[in-house]
Amino acid sequence: MSDTVIQTEKLTKRFGDFIAVNEISFSVNKGEIFGFLGANGAGKTTAMRMLCGLLKPSSGNAQIAGFDIYKQTEKIKQSIGYMSQKFSLYEDLTVLENIRFFGGIYGLSNTQISLKSKKLVDELGLQQEAKKLVAELPLGWKQKLSFSVALLHDPKIVFLDEPTGGVDPVTRRQFWEMIYEAAHRDVTIFVTTHYMDEAEYCNRISIMVDGKIEALDSPSHLKQKFKATSMDEVFYQLARGAKREE
Amino acid sequence: MYSVEVKDISKVYGKEKLVAVDHVSFSVNKGDIFGLIGPDGAGKTSIFRVLTTLLLPDGGGATVEGFDIVKDYEQIRSRVGYMPGRFSLYQDLTVEENLHFFATLFGTTIRENYDLIKDIYVQLEKFKDRRTGKLSGGMKQKLALCCALIHKPTVLFLDEPTTGVDPVSRKEFWEMLKRLKAQGITIIVSTPYMDEADLCDRIALMQAGKILSVETPAHIINNYGDLLVEVKADNMYELLKVLKEYKKALNSYAFGEYAHVSFEKEIPGDFLPFLQQRGLSGIFMAPANVTIEDCFIKLLKS
Amino acid sequence: MKCFTSWQGVQKEKNSIKKVMRMKQFLTFVQKEFYHVLRDKKTLLILFGMPVVQILIFGFALSNEVKNSKIVVMDQAKDISSQKLINKIEASKYFDIEESIHSQGQIDAAFKKGAIKMALIIPAGFYQNLVHEHKAQVQVIADASDPNIATALTNYANAIVQDFQTELNTGFEMPYTIIPETRMLYNPQQKSVYSMVPGVMALVLMLLCVLMTAISIVREKETGTMEVLLVSPFKPSLVILSKTVPYLLLSFIDIIIILMMSVWLLGLPINGNIFLLLAVSVLYIITCLSLGILISIKTTTQQAAMMISLMGMLLPSLMLSGFMFPIENMPVPLQVISNIVPATWFNNIIKAVMIKGLGPSFIWKEVLILTGMTLFFLFVSLKSFKIRLA
Repeated sequence: MSDTVIQTEKLTKRFGDFIAVNEISFSVNKGEIFGFLGANGAGKTTAMRMLCGLLKPSSGNAQIAGFDIYKQTEKIKQSIGYMSQKFSLYEDLTVLENIRFFGGIYGLSNTQISLKSKKLVDELGLQQEAKKLVAELPLGWKQKLSFSVALLHDPKIVFLDEPTGGVDPVTRRQFWEMIYEAAHRDVTIFVTTHYMDEAEYCNRISIMVDGKIEALDSPSHLKQKFKATSMDEVFYQLARGAKREE
Repeated sequence: MYSVEVKDISKVYGKEKLVAVDHVSFSVNKGDIFGLIGPDGAGKTSIFRVLTTLLLPDGGGATVEGFDIVKDYEQIRSRVGYMPGRFSLYQDLTVEENLHFFATLFGTTIRENYDLIKDIYVQLEKFKDRRTGKLSGGMKQKLALCCALIHKPTVLFLDEPTTGVDPVSRKEFWEMLKRLKAQGITIIVSTPYMDEADLCDRIALMQAGKILSVETPAHIINNYGDLLVEVKADNMYELLKVLKEYKKALNSYAFGEYAHVSFEKEIPGDFLPFLQQRGLSGIFMAPANVTIEDCFIKLLKS
Repeated sequence: MKCFTSWQGVQKEKNSIKKVMRMKQFLTFVQKEFYHVLRDKKTLLILFGMPVVQILIFGFALSNEVKNSKIVVMDQAKDISSQKLINKIEASKYFDIEESIHSQGQIDAAFKKGAIKMALIIPAGFYQNLVHEHKAQVQVIADASDPNIATALTNYANAIVQDFQTELNTGFEMPYTIIPETRMLYNPQQKSVYSMVPGVMALVLMLLCVLMTAISIVREKETGTMEVLLVSPFKPSLVILSKTVPYLLLSFIDIIIILMMSVWLLGLPINGNIFLLLAVSVLYIITCLSLGILISIKTTTQQAAMMISLMGMLLPSLMLSGFMFPIENMPVPLQVISNIVPATWFNNIIKAVMIKGLGPSFIWKEVLILTGMTLFFLFVSLKSFKIRLA
């Protein structure tokens, strides 16, 4: 259980004089649900982009799924899944067409794709909607579908960028059940969220302030350490001192 | 005295007759903070657009400050402040230019109503020559609020002002709203965050174009009715799965670090043994504080 | 009674305060529009780069290519005078005589191959005609598929012939006259820089006014700022009016730039009244602006506005206004369409005023048509304008 899938060492990104991400070092284990929190502008998105191989770090090292962040970005992209609130699926394609498209992108064979689409549609209970355009689905279903699509090529790590924004509380919980299940199958979940109660669902959380990781521990330890009754308070204590206003 | 009165409003879109707002009625007291709480697609934005005279309702009617939203749209437009969900300032103008533009648009000047925005604007003042597009999310939000306030509206419509904003900035934003309320401005705000409901005087819980309940937050919580228990175990994932199999519970779901389980009247005697029997360890159980989110979940399930 | 008058006075004062406020709002709005334009390098480039580049292209196409142009000569006279003329042409820097040929067929073949740009035919009895009748002819045939070059070449050829004639005439009482007969192959209308400048003006103004206004209004719809504007007490129709003012001014500057460049760079004179010219240009700008407004009202995305402006407006203005192809040679349906393209009428006006130097009495029909079009666009715009979203 304890093999490391994400390992960073003094990972830094500068944009001119501005240090967006300042020497962050942490590791995430296989099958772990890792919450990546921080105020707006703390550097979360930049850090996440580096980890996904989309942005070259200015200095420091990182290994994602055993691959080097500088030299093996293509291999990294093969071993990760990505889902964001803004872009996930093509609205003007049907459910099945989306699955086929993303399966194709990750080089799955046609038989694999049809097997997986059937399984996925059955699991989500989308049999009726399989041939409908994604645009016609309710938001909650879209989010669940795009999470499944992000898992389609059996990635080792899934990066979720605010996956539950604007979703109703019941669907949000169904979504987290899916996350738990994936983690149970040893998929590592790396998730950002603004819902502090969701932070509690994570095994460990890191909180970024002004480009640095200011706290990293399990939710219960963090609450003990900061003598807080909720994660909300922990976050508030840490982020209130933020100087950066971008 | 009501500031906003909505009677049986409906809004239908397109050829597919997509119902965005389904016979909604509520009223907002003068000087209240009124919250429209619900997920995306609940119809919050459509209601805002109808009340700000941007859209005509397909059924029903409403008044804002006593003016009819269809007939008296011009009177309403000079009295309300509106901050749409999408950031709607000119990104290529500076902070000060934007504020000046909106002040003039409403036939006033920054100086005339500076008192109202002073608290917020001082935080922006050092950036006043910066292009708005280069501000951080929180700063943009504050500027948008200033621009919506600059003509001293009596009613303020804020469509999801805190969506995608971090908890610290959200807290600051709500403190600003409280100060505005103290100045006598009626505020109607929508949000998908259930925890913000407690900060409103009255709220409407919304889902799929319908209002599930309109009350004060305390009233909604008091009317919850069921017995709510929080449960914790070493393995939360197992606990949630096991809870689903316990048929005597009305509902069970993850809630922060706990699982919330609701029962009709009391905890059945076999509940704890059932959990233990399933091999769960470190079980902790206590009565839970009911929150708006619990009420919303209950309303959604029924 | 006194009370009544003072009440009236208050009312008047109120109205005048309102007017001052409206004016201030309007000016602030216009100022904001200028900020948008002046802060966007791409818009600025299109606004001022495009007319300059267009004029430069036409200017350079002329001066670069006409040197050492290959021509053929068919000398049917073969006498002293014809030989002298040919030598004179050979000596000029503009022409290289490829060969001397003997039949019309050879000329045609050379043109078809594209080997030559011009042919000079000196008919038999050139010298005799000059001496006895004091009058002779030469024929100049040019490949007018590139109209600018063709015009330039024939002009040079004519100048050489003129020169030759003056030399002959020195000391004679009875002047010899040589009449060059010019024939333009492939483009009998002799379209040249003279018709390019009006064409470029019509095009540039069409592009700027229609496209830019349409996009600047639709952009506010797309970014959501229109929502805020609509909720304000500012009159929606005033929103649109204030959007057009900056483009009216900027387009006017463009006209000045184009005219200055065409006079000083291309040597094209303004033969008519300059104020009349500017006045009709402003009329055309307003026509284009109102069309831009109409497009912006009917569309909701910048993309759609751009497509309609480019496909629906620019192409017809380019192809059907008589700018590239003579309207007379078009099939009837296209001729009909060309009548509803505003640029067609503006082309006529500019040619009449700028090149032919004609007065208002010759262009009243075109002016009336453009005015009618403008009123129509504004009427439809006002009818379909919405004070709400959707």
